[in-house]
Amino acid sequence: MTRVGIRAKLRLSNLYTFTCLRPRATEEGAHSFDGPGYSRIVLCNQPLMHNKKPFKYRSNHVSTTKYNVFTFLPKALYEQFHRVANLYFLGAAIVSFSPLSPFTAESMVAPLVFVVGLSMAKEALEDWQRFMQDIKVNNRKVKFHKGEGVFGNRSWKKLRVGDVVKVEKDQFFPADLLLLSSSYEDGICYVETMNLDGETNLKVKRALEVTLPLNEDEAFKNFTGTIKCEDPNPSLYTFIGNFEYSDEVYALDPSQILLRDSKLRNTAFVYGIVIFTGHDSKVMKNATKTPSKRSKIERKMDYIIYVLFSILLMISFISSIGFAVKTKFEMPHWWYLQPKNTDDYYNPKRPVLSGIGHLITALILYGYLIPISLYVSIEVVKVLQATFINKDIHMYDEETGNPAQARTSNLNEELGQVDTILSDKTGTLTCNQMDFLKCSIAGTAYGVRSSEVEIAAAQQMATDLEDQDVERSTDFRQKGKQLEIELESVISKDEMVLKPPIKGFSFQDSCLMEGNWLNEPNADAIMLFFRILAICHTAVPELNEETGSYTYESESPDEGAFLVAAREFGFEFFKRTQSSVFVHERYSASGQATDREFKILNMLEFTSKRKRMTVIVRNEEGQILLLCKGADSVIFDRLSKNGRLYEEDTTRHLNEYAEAGLRTLALAYKKLGESEYSAWNDDFQKAKTSVGADRERMLENVAEMMERDLILIGATAVEDKLQKGVPQCIDKLAQAGLKIWVLTGDKTETAVNIGYACSLLRQGMKQVCITAINSDAREVVKEDILSQITKASQMIKLEKDSHAAFALIVDGKTLAFALDDDMKRHFLFLAVQCASVICCRVSPKQKALVTRLVKEGTGKTTLAIGDGANDVGMIKEADIGVGISGVEGMQVCYFFYKNIAFGLTLFYFEAFAGFSGQSVYVDWYMLLFNVVLTSLPVISLGAFEQDVSSEICLQFPALYKQGPKNLFFDWYKILGWIGNGLYSSLIVFFLNIFIFYDQAFCAGGQTADMDALGTTMFTCIIWALNCQIAFTMSHFTWIQYLFIWGSIIMWYLFLFVYGMLSPTTSGNVYQLLVEVLAPAPSYWMATLLVTITCNLPYLAHISYQRCFHPLDHHIIQEIKYYKKDVEDQRMWSRERSKAREKTMIGFTARVDAKIRQLKVKLQRKHLSSEIHGPAPSS
Amino acid sequence: MLVSIVFIPIGVVSLFASRDVVEIIDQYETECVPQNFRNDKVSFIQSNANKTCTRRLTVTKLMKKPIYVYYQLDNFYQNHRRYVKSRSDSQLKDNSGWDEVSSCKPEDMSNGQPIVPCGLIAWSLFNDTYNFSLNNQQLAVNKKGISWKSDRDRKFGRNVFPRNFQNGTLIGGKSLDPTVPLSKQEDLIVWMRTAALPTFRKLYGKIEWDLQPNEVIHVTLENNYNTYSFSGKKKLVLSTTSWLGGKNDFLGIAYLTVGGLCFFLALSFTVVYLVKPRRLGDPSYLSWNRNPGGH
Repeated sequence: MTRVGIRAKLRLSNLYTFTCLRPRATEEGAHSFDGPGYSRIVLCNQPLMHNKKPFKYRSNHVSTTKYNVFTFLPKALYEQFHRVANLYFLGAAIVSFSPLSPFTAESMVAPLVFVVGLSMAKEALEDWQRFMQDIKVNNRKVKFHKGEGVFGNRSWKKLRVGDVVKVEKDQFFPADLLLLSSSYEDGICYVETMNLDGETNLKVKRALEVTLPLNEDEAFKNFTGTIKCEDPNPSLYTFIGNFEYSDEVYALDPSQILLRDSKLRNTAFVYGIVIFTGHDSKVMKNATKTPSKRSKIERKMDYIIYVLFSILLMISFISSIGFAVKTKFEMPHWWYLQPKNTDDYYNPKRPVLSGIGHLITALILYGYLIPISLYVSIEVVKVLQATFINKDIHMYDEETGNPAQARTSNLNEELGQVDTILSDKTGTLTCNQMDFLKCSIAGTAYGVRSSEVEIAAAQQMATDLEDQDVERSTDFRQKGKQLEIELESVISKDEMVLKPPIKGFSFQDSCLMEGNWLNEPNADAIMLFFRILAICHTAVPELNEETGSYTYESESPDEGAFLVAAREFGFEFFKRTQSSVFVHERYSASGQATDREFKILNMLEFTSKRKRMTVIVRNEEGQILLLCKGADSVIFDRLSKNGRLYEEDTTRHLNEYAEAGLRTLALAYKKLGESEYSAWNDDFQKAKTSVGADRERMLENVAEMMERDLILIGATAVEDKLQKGVPQCIDKLAQAGLKIWVLTGDKTETAVNIGYACSLLRQGMKQVCITAINSDAREVVKEDILSQITKASQMIKLEKDSHAAFALIVDGKTLAFALDDDMKRHFLFLAVQCASVICCRVSPKQKALVTRLVKEGTGKTTLAIGDGANDVGMIKEADIGVGISGVEGMQVCYFFYKNIAFGLTLFYFEAFAGFSGQSVYVDWYMLLFNVVLTSLPVISLGAFEQDVSSEICLQFPALYKQGPKNLFFDWYKILGWIGNGLYSSLIVFFLNIFIFYDQAFCAGGQTADMDALGTTMFTCIIWALNCQIAFTMSHFTWIQYLFIWGSIIMWYLFLFVYGMLSPTTSGNVYQLLVEVLAPAPSYWMATLLVTITCNLPYLAHISYQRCFHPLDHHIIQEIKYYKKDVEDQRMWSRERSKAREKTMIGFTARVDAKIRQLKVKLQRKHLSSEIHGPAPSS
Repeated sequence: MLVSIVFIPIGVVSLFASRDVVEIIDQYETECVPQNFRNDKVSFIQSNANKTCTRRLTVTKLMKKPIYVYYQLDNFYQNHRRYVKSRSDSQLKDNSGWDEVSSCKPEDMSNGQPIVPCGLIAWSLFNDTYNFSLNNQQLAVNKKGISWKSDRDRKFGRNVFPRNFQNGTLIGGKSLDPTVPLSKQEDLIVWMRTAALPTFRKLYGKIEWDLQPNEVIHVTLENNYNTYSFSGKKKLVLSTTSWLGGKNDFLGIAYLTVGGLCFFLALSFTVVYLVKPRRLGDPSYLSWNRNPGGH
């Protein structure tokens, strides 16, 4: 409650000239609207009225779950049977109750229930987690008006429209609220809308004048009012409504609306009325419906399943026709079948009918071609992968103790195929924490610390030179050494700095610290520079009681950094009153610490349009000063003739800073005469008090008049600290050939600066800016944008230099046009040609739209990264909401392989059994085949396989490119595997037939019956399939061994146990393994022969590939295997650097550019030394 | 290479084993039909004429006991679904299940009574008989132990006796002695293990006698079984066994082939490696070191 004190004095709204326009509180100002779209009526402080119609609105309960208790079963079942394969198996299961089925009903139903049940259980689990999340949100507590001026706690979900709530500092707003009053006297409050639009700048909201007295709990005792406003809609930046209060009507606009999911900042408390609740609130309206995310593989899988279906249909037809023919022509002779004594199905007189009947039988019989367990195993794999992601120690955030969380497991396998990354900026890329790093005052650069980019460049240079040393002449070598030492000193200097870090301040230069600046030649200018930093801002100081120092609550983190810097330099801003700023100056020419007061006469604050901020102050001596800071281009335009003294030097410094990835601002000032000022002030006041649409423009003009003839004093360079590892990460991604788009809610400059900081942009990159012109006519704007786009595309096409990189910068307004149906193709075409794309000021919906555009336009896999609720739409729309690589396609291929290899043996047998629909295997074998015996190794393949270890992956990002190329999952590969399956089925069937044809197969003289043959064939299949998968793996852990051997052992175990059962259940399998097969050597020999023969082609194939067309990861495996990387460090690192994509963007590109520069310099030096003196070694 | 080293010896061994087996095959379905019936064998087999027939088999090589006697049928679809399903395991196992004949259609009931053993399989039991004599001396055919022990002991009940069998209008194959329990009817037990392929051999019995080369065996056979309807062949087979079973060169040849193939592949890869070596782990094969054209 320290704020109460401030409240008495502070009307912060006075600070604002542009952003805080207070609407006229008169009846004329009220919006006039009626009709549809504006029907909502909120009876303030009378929530009970909203319990019944017509004022009954949605409750504040929020649900993001896909299902509820009642809809789960039908909806989830629908989802499941949405899949072709499942539908087919459902049909098969139904038919299996009729005598047409070749199998018993249980053996058809059991796997289906198992598979569908497992998938549904997974869905239920994931939805349950969402449900728990909802409960947490719904049960958050907020203070609300209970009545009689008493406030109590209530959970969010119970909040009703019309409730008066009190939200305290750093709390989220529970619903969309109308701001009534705040802890500040003039009813303003600061809101952080990061979750809504990603902007980190605090936004100022202000209450209506008339509600300002409602600033205490008691005041709400008798408060009533009515709000009539628009119906719920998703637009975050608009609001139209009228507020009827004490017989007057006041117009409401967005500046009085506090949106759900935004946060109250810098303000002790606010009172508000609930207008939109729950799913009616703007943020919830913005939530796009989660499309069922289906990965590309899954979609492709469907195609393959169609292919398999056609095979199935084909062989079923063949089989039916065969059956009909056999039945008609041959069956009458088969007296042992009693052909005269048959029902319809086998009736030789009606072959067509029996053929049709048989078609159904065959469809079920050969159903084993369709991998029923495919979906479920892939789902299990995904869940496992998600668990790995969750457990990954490398993705653990130490600060918060949160591990990575995979919220849905549907799309893990796509991670290996991402082509385009769409990233939000704030919080995702940067910490949003500014560090004051360098400055240039009066033409002199201060600050020795290097930015991250510089350090990296220096390090790279040092290693490069080392490399080159070997080949270069000694002379050059010395030069190189010299430079190296220079560079090293840069680095070591940095390492030596062991000062306690001050947040927001990394400046290091003894010339300015500790008051040493007094000894600098331009001490006056330096003092002025610091004063500008300390005065020209809109922040509020806050005393930290523990340390006794001040911290600052500022609208933007830049300002915070400036104030901290000023404080460290000895100009501590410690108090702000209505009209003054107080600065404690520790050092001055007199050597005494003094408190100075600066009267603030006017403030022209920063807007993204003006790109500058100006304060006019009167110092203690009575002198009037105009202090200004702003973007360099803006400031340089407004300098006076004699103010350009330092322009050249400062420009050079600014360029250097920008190159080093720093955010820069120029500072300037001018002295004002009393009369000059008062004349201007009159104009300004006139403009300020004017009414109407012109007001803003007038104010701008007046401001423009004052802000000119400035005197440049210097520039600042602030480093926006990137999240740990972001530049490296972007670098790696760029090397791996990924495209990165940044979609941010921030303003263009910020976005561009961030682009620089994380190396998405660099100096020398051609920036293509597309902006919408200000015009009312849509058509005109559109045409203009289109022409800009075509011009830019043309330019890129004509570009000769292959090294040239382009960056596309678009803002939200333009995007609104560019995303129109007729434009988006052009826009996309341009965008894909640019190395990096930055979209600024985009709304969440636009983020989603852009994502969809990229996804659908390029057909590539997209990945969206974001942290806030504002990114949700984008994340949902993208193929993947966040990376690993793998051999997922392999799994799918393997499924086809195994089912074809198995299913076709059934078909061959048919040909030998008169196409009668008899299966050579016992029903139970087949049931187990898909579900138990062959699925586990595939799961282990999907979940645990890695071709190279993770460190190597990081060293060779180019390996990743195999993923987006879909190398592991293309049609050739699928066909190859299908062919392999065909081959295996032939081998399994015919080898066994020949071995067990008519001869006795054991010493006892007995011949093999159908079950002995079937069991042997099945044994061969189990072995062959499991060996096959073992060959495809390159990474074995005990889990893989366990699964593969487990599957094989399981089969024998099953056979043993099944044989022990009573012969009425096991039939002819009774004691088959123990008595018949196991003692027969030919059984084991057949197994061995078939297994090896089945795998022979694949082995030959991989040997061939390894020999003649090795893939990258093969080579690297070999290098690792032979420990060559240890022996030959040089080769290893050379390959590493070569492996990097020639990137246009990213840290590396930047470092390269810098190196090129330095090299040129070095060369020049070298040349000049050769010219001037005789070269010693030539 | 390893595979070929293992496979080739196995192939050789099994080929030898197969070569050791002596086998005499006699196809008799045409010869055992009198000349005047040759054009209409079906009516012969369905008539009541005397079907006794004598055959002479010459032993080519020494045949050590036991010598297995098989009958081989051809074009007989024992694996037809209608046929395979037409049996009742519970009826065979125990007397108490004697009326569980629902799965046996169309051979489930006769004269309103359940048939034991029911079903098409049992009904069509093979009924040719063979009698062997060597130098006018009867060679005993041992019919004990031609089926699997577990089948005799557990699958076919000791207390299940044939009942109402081959009693209907259509007579299929052999009739069974209603006083002998099913567990002792080994012919039936063997027959009930349906064959996987339309050409199959089934064990008839064992001759516990060594046969010397060039000895001539006289076989008196009753040619009862109708294979003429579907023009199937009938063969009588006498064979010894090795540890691998009967005479089957295929396994050995297959092993040799696969072994040889492996050897050839291994050899060719070695040659390729020698002629055009690719240093393992040679970085120049990395995709970024090759032409951008090749992947």
